[in-house]
Formats: sequence, C-alpha cells, structure tokens
Amino acid sequence: MRVIAPDQLTMGWSERVGPRRYAARVADVVDLVRALEVDRPVWIVAQDWGGAIAMGVAVDHPELVAGLVLSNTGIAVPEGRRSPWLIRLAATFGVHRVATRDTALFVRGTGWLSGRRLTRAQRKGLALPYRTRASRKAVSEFVADVPFDDRHPSAATIASVADRVSALCVPVRLVWGSRDPVFNDDFAEDLRRRIPHAELHRIGTAGHLAVLETSVAPSVEAAIAEARHVAPDDRSAETGVRPMWFEVLQKASLSTLAVSDAAADESATHAEFADRVARYATALSERSVKPGDRLAVLVPPSIDLLAVVYACWRIGAVTVVADRGLGLRGLGAAVRSARVAHVVGPGRAIAAARTLRWAPGAQMLSLASMSGAAPAGGLAGLGLPEPHPCDPAAVVFTSGATGPAKGVRYTHGQLCAQRDALRAMYGIGADDRFVAAFAPFAVFGPALGMVTGLADMDVTAPATLTAKALDDACSRIGATMVFASPAALANVVRTASGPLTALAGVRLVMSAGAPVPIDTLRAVGRLCPSAALRTPYGMTEVLPVADISLPDREAVGGGRGVCVGRPVPGCEVRIVSAEHTDGLAQRANGVTGEVTVRTPWMSDGYDRLWLTQERARPMDSATGHTWHRTGDVGHLDEQGNLWIEGRVQHVIHTPNGPVTPVPLEVIAESVHDVARAAAVGIGPVGVQQVVIVVETERRDHQQSRRVSFVPAGSALAAALRAALAPQSIAAVWTTDALPVDIRHNAKIDRTALGSTMERLLSGSSR
Amino acid sequence: MRVLVTGAGSALMGGVAAQLARRGDDIVCLQRRAVTLPDDVRFSQVNGDLRDLDAVLAATEGCDAIIHGAARVGVVGGWADFHSVNVEGTGHVLHAAHRHGVGRFVYVSTPSVAHTGESLVGTGAEPASTGRKGAFYAESKAVAEQMVLGENSEQMAVVAIRPHLVWGPGDTQLVGRIVERAKAGRLVMVGSGSALVDTTYLDNAVSAHVAALDALRVGAPCAGRAYVVANGEPRTVHELVEGICRAAGVPFEPRHVPARVARGIGSVVERVWPRFREGEPPITRFVAEQLGTAHWFDPRPARDDLGWEPTVSLDEGFARLAAWFAA
Repeated sequence: MRVIAPDQLTMGWSERVGPRRYAARVADVVDLVRALEVDRPVWIVAQDWGGAIAMGVAVDHPELVAGLVLSNTGIAVPEGRRSPWLIRLAATFGVHRVATRDTALFVRGTGWLSGRRLTRAQRKGLALPYRTRASRKAVSEFVADVPFDDRHPSAATIASVADRVSALCVPVRLVWGSRDPVFNDDFAEDLRRRIPHAELHRIGTAGHLAVLETSVAPSVEAAIAEARHVAPDDRSAETGVRPMWFEVLQKASLSTLAVSDAAADESATHAEFADRVARYATALSERSVKPGDRLAVLVPPSIDLLAVVYACWRIGAVTVVADRGLGLRGLGAAVRSARVAHVVGPGRAIAAARTLRWAPGAQMLSLASMSGAAPAGGLAGLGLPEPHPCDPAAVVFTSGATGPAKGVRYTHGQLCAQRDALRAMYGIGADDRFVAAFAPFAVFGPALGMVTGLADMDVTAPATLTAKALDDACSRIGATMVFASPAALANVVRTASGPLTALAGVRLVMSAGAPVPIDTLRAVGRLCPSAALRTPYGMTEVLPVADISLPDREAVGGGRGVCVGRPVPGCEVRIVSAEHTDGLAQRANGVTGEVTVRTPWMSDGYDRLWLTQERARPMDSATGHTWHRTGDVGHLDEQGNLWIEGRVQHVIHTPNGPVTPVPLEVIAESVHDVARAAAVGIGPVGVQQVVIVVETERRDHQQSRRVSFVPAGSALAAALRAALAPQSIAAVWTTDALPVDIRHNAKIDRTALGSTMERLLSGSSR
Repeated sequence: MRVLVTGAGSALMGGVAAQLARRGDDIVCLQRRAVTLPDDVRFSQVNGDLRDLDAVLAATEGCDAIIHGAARVGVVGGWADFHSVNVEGTGHVLHAAHRHGVGRFVYVSTPSVAHTGESLVGTGAEPASTGRKGAFYAESKAVAEQMVLGENSEQMAVVAIRPHLVWGPGDTQLVGRIVERAKAGRLVMVGSGSALVDTTYLDNAVSAHVAALDALRVGAPCAGRAYVVANGEPRTVHELVEGICRAAGVPFEPRHVPARVARGIGSVVERVWPRFREGEPPITRFVAEQLGTAHWFDPRPARDDLGWEPTVSLDEGFARLAAWFAA
C-alpha cells in the first residue's frame, strides 16, 4: 500500500504561497494525485477542514476516489445548531488576527482540545511549523476561509458540495472523537443523514484529534479491507414470526397473575398488564414516538419497565436499555452513544438525564405523564402498524468488564429467535413461572408466556440478593424457574438460613453472565433440591451459545479450561485462529482458537462502531455467511463440548507459544489455600512470562481499601509451581483483591493485573 | 576437531573443555595456572598469560576453532588492568587465530556489554555499547566484543555468547559470594528483591557454547552476531538468592537496602575501594543495578540460530546444587 501524506499548501512545512480558498485546495489535491501519476483511485483520510476538502474532491472527481475515511469534520452546520463557537470566536474581527496570527493561540489551542490524550511530543509537533508570526499567516487565512454567512466567497462552493455528497457511491467511514467541542456528535449525525451509507465508528474517549489520540491506521486498513467485499443482504423477509408481544396479547383476557414485583409489593394480572402495555403504546404514539425512533428506557426493574418495553416493541420504537449495573457514568455514556430521540423514566431519572446532558435534544417523557386511560379495545384493538421482523427492536449494552460498554443492536426477528431458543432449550411450558434477579432477563418472561416475578434487590449490586428475598419472590408466584447472576447466587447461598420453602419448589435454576463456581451451584442445589442447575454460555451479542447442567459438568470432570457444554441446537460453533491468520478455517477438535458462532438469534451487530463490527463479524467468503467472533478463546473436545480458556486479549504469548489463562487458573484454584487465581503475562508479546496472582481467601464484597500485592511464601509458590508444571511460572504473588468487574465480581481484568505485575517485577519501587 | 579453550580455570570454561573432550574433540586449554579436569577427560594444556602473545600463538597452533573465555573479572583493579587482559589479550587471540588459519571463533561475552542500568524485559542481544564510566569489566568486554564481531569474515566465522548470571556447583562468582555473605550474616537485598532476573545454570551455559561452536560456520545465521543465553526462567532476586541459600544449607536472612541507597553507595565504593582496599568490595553501582532491576531476555534468537535450549531447569539446578553441597 502506498501512503501519501501531503501538507496543505501554505500550511505545515509546505511553501507559503499566499491565500488559498476552499476551491483552490480541492483543486490542489486533484493536481497532486495526477502529478504523482497514481494509477488507481485513492482512499482519502481527512480531518477537520481536510474533511470538507476531501468531500469536495470526491463529488467533483469521483473517478479519483476509492473511499473516504473522515474524522471530526463537517460540510455544513447541522440543523438546529449554530456553527462551532470556537471557530466563530476565532473568526470574529479583532479576535481573529490576534488568535491566529499575532499569537499561537489557535495553533496551540488545537492541541489543547485533546488535552492529555495527546503526548507532549504530538502537541509540540502540531505547533512546530507555526512558530513565527509569518508562518501563522496561513492559519489566519484558513480560519478566514470558513464561511459563516452566504456572502462569503467560499460559501456557495461548500454549499454545493454539501448538496451533492448524498450522491457519493464510494464507501464513507467516519471515525469520530465524540469529546470534540467543535465537531461534536451532531456533525457526525449530519453526515450520516447526508450520506446514508456512511458508517460511523464513535470513540467516546477521544476528541477533536481522534486520528492522533487513537491510532487511525487500523480504521483505514479495516475500511479498505471491508470495501473489498460487499456485505451480503441475507435478510430474506421473515414471515410468520410470532412477535415479542404475542403471548401478552393471547392472555390479554385472563384475570390470573401475570407479573409480580416484590420490591414494590405490586402485581398485575394478564389483563391488567396487557392494558398497561396498550396504555403506554398509545401514550408514546401520541407523544410523537415514531417507528424506528430510539427511546432510552430509564425505568428501574418493575412492572412498568416490562410494560414500557413491550409498548415500545409493539409500536416499533427501539428500546435502549442500559442497566444501572454499568454505574452512573457508564449508563450516561451508553445513553449518549445511542443518540436517543426520547427518554422515558420516572421523574428523578428524567431530571438526571437532563442535568447530565445524556440526550441533548431528546424528548423527555416522565412515566407519570403517560398514565392515560387504556384505549378501547385494549392491546388487540391498537390501530398502530406493527414492525417487521427485520426492523430494529433494541440496543442493549455489554457489561464493559473488558472496555467501555458497547451498544449491541437487535431486530425483532432476532429477539424472537432468541426467545424461541430459550423456550426450546429449557422446555418452557404454559405452567412455568419465572423469577428473574437480572432485569434484562425479566423482560423475556412475558414473551415466553411465563408469569414473571421480580425479586427485591439492589439492581446496581447483584451480590445484594438475599436468600429470603429470592424465596419471597418465588413464593409470590409459585416460581418454577429462577434466573440469577453468579454473584447474586453466591450471596443467596451465603445468606441462606431458616425455611426457604418456595425455593424447594423450583424446577430450574439458571445462572449466566460470568463463570459460575461449581461449589456455588452445588450449594444452590442443596437449597433447591428439585431443581436442575443449568449454566448457559453466551454474551450480550449472542445468547445462548452453549449450555451445561451441573451433573454433566461433574461428569465431564477436569480439562483444559472451563467446560460450558455442547452448543445449543441451532447455534453453530467454530474454533478459528484468534490471530486472523487463516480466516474462518475450522480448527481440529482439541486445538485452541477463538470461539466463533453463527445462529439466527445472533444480534444485528454493534451500534455506531463499524470498526468493532468489521473485526467481530467476519464473513465466510465460501458461503456468504456472517459469523460472530466472541473474543473468547477455547476448544471443542471429542464429545463436542465447548471449553473456554480465556479472552483473546488475555492470551499469554510465551517464547514456546500461546498459553491460555483459564486452564492454569483452574489448576491453581485446586491448590490448597487458593481461593481464586489469575494467570497473566508480562513482557513483550512473544517473550512473555507467566505470573500467577492468587487470593488466599474468597472475597465476595469489594472493599474500598488499598489493595496490596506481596510475593507468595515459598511453600505456596512451590505448591503452585508443582501443580502447574511443566508450565514455567516466573513469579507467584498473593493479593487481597484481584481486579474484577463490578457487575459480576468475577471477570478478572488480566490486562490491568499484567501491567501491575510487570511494574512490581521490574524492580522499581512497590 | 582441535579446539583451543581459554580460561579453563573457571567452572564454565572447564565444563566446556570437558564436554568437548568427552565427545571426542581434541582439546587444548590455555590459562595462567594448571587446571585439573575430571579423570575421564583427556586434554592438553598450555599455561600462560593472554598478555603473552607467544604463549597464545603456541597454544593456537593447529587449532580449527577457538572458544575464548579467559578474562579479568570482578571490580578490583584499574582500567589498564582490565584493558590489557580483556582487550589486548583478546587481540592476541584474534591475531593467533588469523596466523594459524582458525575457521571458527566463539567469544564468551556478557550481557553487561549492553547494560544501560535500565531494566531489561524480554529484550534480545542489543549491540555492545562503550563509553561508560567506571565498570571497567563491562567496558573492556564491550570493546573486545565489538572487536571480535568485526573480525567475522569469509575465512573465519565468529559469534559472541553472553551467558547471563551463570551459577552452579563449583561456581565462585555468584554462588560462592552469596553463600559466603549469608554465612557471615552480611546478605544484602537491593530494593524489595522483586526484580525478575533470569540466570543460567552452569550445565546449560556449557551446552550453549558447545551448540554455538557447532552452529558456527562461514555464512551461518549466527556468524557475526551476539546471543544472550539464559535458562529462560526468570525469578525474583529474592527467590533466587533464597534458593541458593537453601541449597547450600546456609541461613537466608537478608537485610534490605533501598535501591537508590544501594546505587549511591555502589557509586562511591566503585571509585574509592580500589585505592584503599584489596579484595571484593561489598557492593558496586553495577551490582546494585543488576540486582535492583529486571533482567530477562528473548530466548528465541539462540533457539532459532544456535539450535540450543536449556536442558536443566532452575529447580533441577537447585537440587543438583544442594546435592553438591551435601557431598
């Protein structure tokens, strides 16, 4: 690949040739490409003013351009927004000359916009060509060329480009630092509106100079690679799918219990619940919520939450459900990234969303304001059009345990397929009654035709679910099924005392979200003696992928990693190279690689993260099928069981080849005195050494105190090395708290731990 | 094959001579004082000083290869002392090699030739650097290594092997000093003792040099290059010293000295000690840095180019050391 990195004339290190207006700069690029005799169309990577120039080149000379990667730029001021105040200020008479030419304020300010996200060297480099007043003349002229009214000499040219970009046929990829006070998310949306096929990759942690703050090269490589193959449209019209609200509608006339909320001591019959759904659907529709609109649901787990979600689905609005387990900041970042048109929630949540500017410009709908009368004819009589199975239904968020929370898009068809997979997998029938101690699962209850119960617990901390609260929730509906996260189950086991009669009647307990310790399952088994204990494996993007029962897990015994059971019927699992070396070629049984899956209930993809999407959703060129790379590494055994060995980014690359952490951790945790273990790599990739860090006593509650790391005593170190032989272990340390995620208290941040250990073992101060 | 081994008085070079002799090579040893090797080893020896060109020429006559391991080590002495043995003496060996048409030259170097005082984490054999102040041993070895690698040609293939911290039965440099200090209750741990350091068990260091000799020929990938060799099992300084003390049956009761203090004292000692005292000083800046910062290396170049991998693990090494002390 040939890379051409020109300076604009009169800018950077190029010659100072006098003022150049927008049209001249567009012509400069065309001249350069021709003068260099580039014999094929070029990709233009451009930022800020360069983006406007690149768009000008693309519309005037489409034959020269293969594609555009644009970052924090714009071609027009978005509707309902004034031009960027910083540029406007810089262009104001008086301020203009002082800021841009007499002083280096503008030049340095550009670097300051990105703050500490730029290195000192980068900041210095940006300002270096503009050290003298004369050299800054060009900066002054460039700012003066930004048109703020129609009489400006460049205004007509730029307006004409803005009108014509919609006709662009080449791929357009947007890489956007959303912390940019100048070209913020509104500008990205403006470009998406103008160029419907433009794909956005939004970087929540980067600003105006996203191309410097993060590495732009992977985006460009991915964009070019992606454009080589055309994504197939295998979304053949799905018909005959029973919609998510089907069961709610079917039971709309029943006066038996449908939903129970133990925390609020509230319940609703099937008829009441269907009415409530209809009421919200009507109210939302009246408040101009249209099909396809995104709506942030900030309702805490309650009957209202379920009713609002089903109302949205019924009218075709897209629910954006961010759970409070992400923390307030994470929740805000999630809502902001989804760019919702409406926010619905109780008064307090609305006030928070408004104060914290989670959704500027969105309509705020308080729950209380929507309590109108139920429409005549109820849910069945709603005259509103129904969404198609291919229409978007929901954006849900990953836990963010391994990076910032990512939005994942689901269509109605995909949610329905997920519902049907769960029904088949767990033999869910008409008599089942379900308590969910995890809100996103509770939402599936009514769709599965189950009486649904919500337990009294702090949703921000699953480990607060007590045995008594769970038993109480079960007794209210006579539950046959329970879903709880591993951390919640662990707390149930810990707090179990006295008679828990309702738990004894449960036939099925499910737990997912993080690895479930086998001892926790056994203890749950003693509380629920008639229950089957099942642990589905999957992730926000695809669930379920596999499933295993406690007896099967005990029968399988030990192996390399953690056995998550056989793939669920209808879900294909392939183990492929994690290093992307041989595409999607299937590895032999027993060989470790990245777990890659394909199933009808796979989500549509990531939201506003095309680069992530491109990496995680490779296409099998032979079949045209899209697969999902889970980011987990593991293998399939001879019996077809899937074993998980860790995360791709946690694989330890030693001189003797890659080593996966989970198999080592499983062995380490079998050593006496070890409650929990982490295996991390230190040093450069390819030369890494394995370090084991263990907790010697189990801590289920995070305690806010200084965490210390100390070398393990020689007896413990020797015992662990003996157990892990022949793997060489450079060091064994103990800690009082491994870094784990807040939501599950189980996913170890091995990357952070590796950095800590590398520092501690480098000989620098503790 | 007739091979000249210089410096066979050390545990490492004596081991190299013995292994080559046992497999049938014709061995000549050159060192200042007569050495004794195990009874089953057949070899001849020339006793002489590297600074004596005639002695070197005499020993080299008829040799096909040279493994040059003789050097002045330690911290006692001035630059002239180190230079005359390690630089000029190596020059004599190179001269003799040319004179007698020796085709292969293995230079026994040290990782400290590229030592910058920073921690080394998984790095390869960086080029030797010169110009350091003090640290005469490392400086003289660096000058000599550059000289030797510069002699790689179509007539003679050369390679430099840098074994990192060799230890084992009979080793006086590392094991000897640690045991002596532990016995005297003067064991000092620089910093927290948590710097990860790779070491080389004696037998592995020996086999690495034999492997280098076998892999070396004109045009071979290793010709003209330097390789760090080590066990590939870095451990914390604390664990290493504890392991050696346990094997020797001496108490492990170190006093901890902050890294910065140790470096400071070491700097002063390095300058002052040679003028007033004889014998080894308690600490030098170089040793303080060695023990206070991480030092471990990329094992792949040696594995790929020399076809060498360690065969005795660290734990096996400790067991053998304990058996040797017990005997």
